[in-house]
Amino acid sequence: MGQVLSTPDIGLAEGSARGEWWLRYAAPQAFFPLAGRLIPYFALLAVLFALCGLYVGFFAAPTDFQQGESYRIIFLHVPAAWMSMFLYVVMALWGAAGFVLNTRLSGMMASAIAPTGAMFTFLALWSGALWGKPTWGTWWVWDARLTSELILLFLYVGFIALKASIDDPRRADRAGAVLALVGVINVPIIYFSVQWWNTLHQGASVSLTRSPQMAATMLWGMLLMAAAAWMYSIAVCLARVRLIIREREREMAWMRELGESRTWAQ
Amino acid sequence: MGAMNWGSVDAFLDMGGYGLFVWGSYGVAVLCVAIELLALKARARRLGASAPGEAR
Repeated sequence: MGQVLSTPDIGLAEGSARGEWWLRYAAPQAFFPLAGRLIPYFALLAVLFALCGLYVGFFAAPTDFQQGESYRIIFLHVPAAWMSMFLYVVMALWGAAGFVLNTRLSGMMASAIAPTGAMFTFLALWSGALWGKPTWGTWWVWDARLTSELILLFLYVGFIALKASIDDPRRADRAGAVLALVGVINVPIIYFSVQWWNTLHQGASVSLTRSPQMAATMLWGMLLMAAAAWMYSIAVCLARVRLIIREREREMAWMRELGESRTWAQ
Repeated sequence: MGAMNWGSVDAFLDMGGYGLFVWGSYGVAVLCVAIELLALKARARRLGASAPGEAR
């Protein structure tokens, strides 16, 4: 069994031989058990960060002098919006990696990320609508920030639908990667939309180039919730990629042996 | 830091009159997470409990 597990992907043996140990994990049979071991830690961290973030957001952070309590949506809205963009970039990077390295795992990772990215995009739009109503007086406007974020949701949904429509998994991976890479242009458009166009949406509250325009406790609540979103995304995507590996490679020798060894052990 | 913002549970739920918006956001977020986790569980079940690779 150990023999089977350590068999690298074709083409990756070279990388392993050169001492690039991490390339070993580009092979599904090596990544599968690693992902399984990591999931509980990320899940635990997600719960801890979320509890701390919600505590700071609801009990430590003061009432906003302009928006009252409605601003507390920020602790959900901003981390969800960050995550929606970040996950798309990661998904596109896996697509690119699939083209360059031609590894089976790349397409599986992209597939595993898409539903979680779509969920965060939906949450950013939903919480944005529920925040817009009391602060702007409208659920929705067709301004640059909101429209480009809606396009992001369509890109995720399109990616999932495209992959589902192609029977051959490797062809589906390549088609999905093309869509992901073309669509990634939308991410900087979302991010800079509040600078490039006159929008109803406010500018960035947190920037790398200047100090944050908000109270420290508000910032901490947001950062803790963002950390929770990261940990949650990693845990869920690892769990999903394990399922995808099982679905796609169930007929392969290493997976059969893994199943048999389990059956024998019981 | 550490000061409680809310005098009562009712005040907490009311969110200064914005309860519908604040809890509408967080409630749907919890719902989305629950749906995603249940979907993963259902997908694992479809693969079969005894199917290859069940072991962590």
